[in-house]
Amino acid sequence: MAERPDDLAALIPDGALVAMPPDYSLPSMAVVRSLILRKAKNLKLLGVPILGMSADLLIGAGCVAEVETSAVSLGEAGLAPRFTEAAEKGEIVVRDATCPAIHTALQAAEKGVPYMPLRGVLGSDLLKSRKDWRVESDLLIVPALSPDIALFHARWADEAGNVWVGRRRELATIAHASRSTYVTFEEKRPGDMLEDELLAPGVISSLYITGTAQAVRGAWPLGVAGLYGIDDAHLALYARAAKTREGFRRYLDEWVLTPRKSFSPA
Amino acid sequence: MGPYAKEELLACVIARLVGDEARHAAIGAASPIPASGCFLLKIRNPGLRISLLQKRHANPFTEGSRELFDLAGQGRIDVFFLGGAQIDGSGAINLVRAEGRRFPGSFGSAFMYPVVPRTILFREEHSRRTLVPRVEFVSARGEPAALLTGKALFSWQKERRRFRLESFHPGSSREEIAEQTGFEYDAAPGVAQTAAPSEEELRLLRTRVAKQLAPDYPDFVRRVWAIS
Repeated sequence: MAERPDDLAALIPDGALVAMPPDYSLPSMAVVRSLILRKAKNLKLLGVPILGMSADLLIGAGCVAEVETSAVSLGEAGLAPRFTEAAEKGEIVVRDATCPAIHTALQAAEKGVPYMPLRGVLGSDLLKSRKDWRVESDLLIVPALSPDIALFHARWADEAGNVWVGRRRELATIAHASRSTYVTFEEKRPGDMLEDELLAPGVISSLYITGTAQAVRGAWPLGVAGLYGIDDAHLALYARAAKTREGFRRYLDEWVLTPRKSFSPA
Repeated sequence: MGPYAKEELLACVIARLVGDEARHAAIGAASPIPASGCFLLKIRNPGLRISLLQKRHANPFTEGSRELFDLAGQGRIDVFFLGGAQIDGSGAINLVRAEGRRFPGSFGSAFMYPVVPRTILFREEHSRRTLVPRVEFVSARGEPAALLTGKALFSWQKERRRFRLESFHPGSSREEIAEQTGFEYDAAPGVAQTAAPSEEELRLLRTRVAKQLAPDYPDFVRRVWAIS
């Protein structure tokens, strides 16, 4: 039984294919930090469909062998510096994709079919590097993809083992397609959220949830809509610090390796 | 350059390019200038729907970015914006790698560019580094509606598969555009200076548009309009 983010991180084995949402869609930064603390190795990250600071931290800390994603960026804070350097130096394998192809691969897995078609993409050089994609009748055929782990954050979990992600229902697709789903949450609610007609549409049922752990402000420095916003100042601080390896090390020392300072910002 | 910011001029050109027929414009990651242009247009044309993919409050999508691409696949998005680390004279864009440098990645471009009816290419930097004869990696290829840079506006000639210079922005010149553009292009017969923003456009940008943009692009709004 998982109690803390560290317990979830311990259940994510080295070498696992871990699907994660973008920075704007409930990343579990608490478990990202725990994975760094437990010195996870050779993770393969799947960005659904893009990644940001969550991936940059893991890459900089040496936890990642491969990234499949449509982009890694810090948004308004600029390039993701650790991803950029690792990709330029060939320290990680980057499997470039395009957003709807990743969604389609997960939807195929969700349906239990081996592949699904998608429009567009045909004129792109992505096709040359993606030997797993093929073209049939002018449609791109994307093979199903079942990640080992889905990892994200939620506003609530309940006593029945459900989690609530509100309008971020694309997270349900990640959970449906993955073999195991680990979720951190802000607050525990009594009872069963599926009994509440207004909450139910934002719920991912316990059927798909392998483990949960409470992490108050567990998405920080990213946000949880309606609860706390993205900490833009911290993202800018990170973007500056992580420009160099030394700066990134200092950032890790201060914000990740020092016990739990990261949970108690203003 | 007149008594306005370059971002304001570009937002006004974006508003004209999107045009009054557009019913639904979608805006992807890190695009404050296209968003400003669309918000400006919406004041005149309230029927325009604007979907900001990364809107932090009251996000229009309840199934994340998948819903954006599904809408586009059905033809329910009229206008989209794409940029590129490199853009070439055939309209191809590169968001992946150039000159040994790695960029964030292709995002949804490989799908959106050929699928959305009007894709407006937008890249503020106008140099031989960004506007190249041939991109090193084709993230996406399609039929652009136009190419807008920080110095000029090009239209796309579908039959000739070449860009055509329509106007250069105040402060630039035909000669500078020729000097700074790495691909070959045609020139419209009456290449002129890009029309400057009107007093009314500037007033709206600095008040209503700035206010609408602030929650999602706080840094941009602070930098351009000194509002937070």
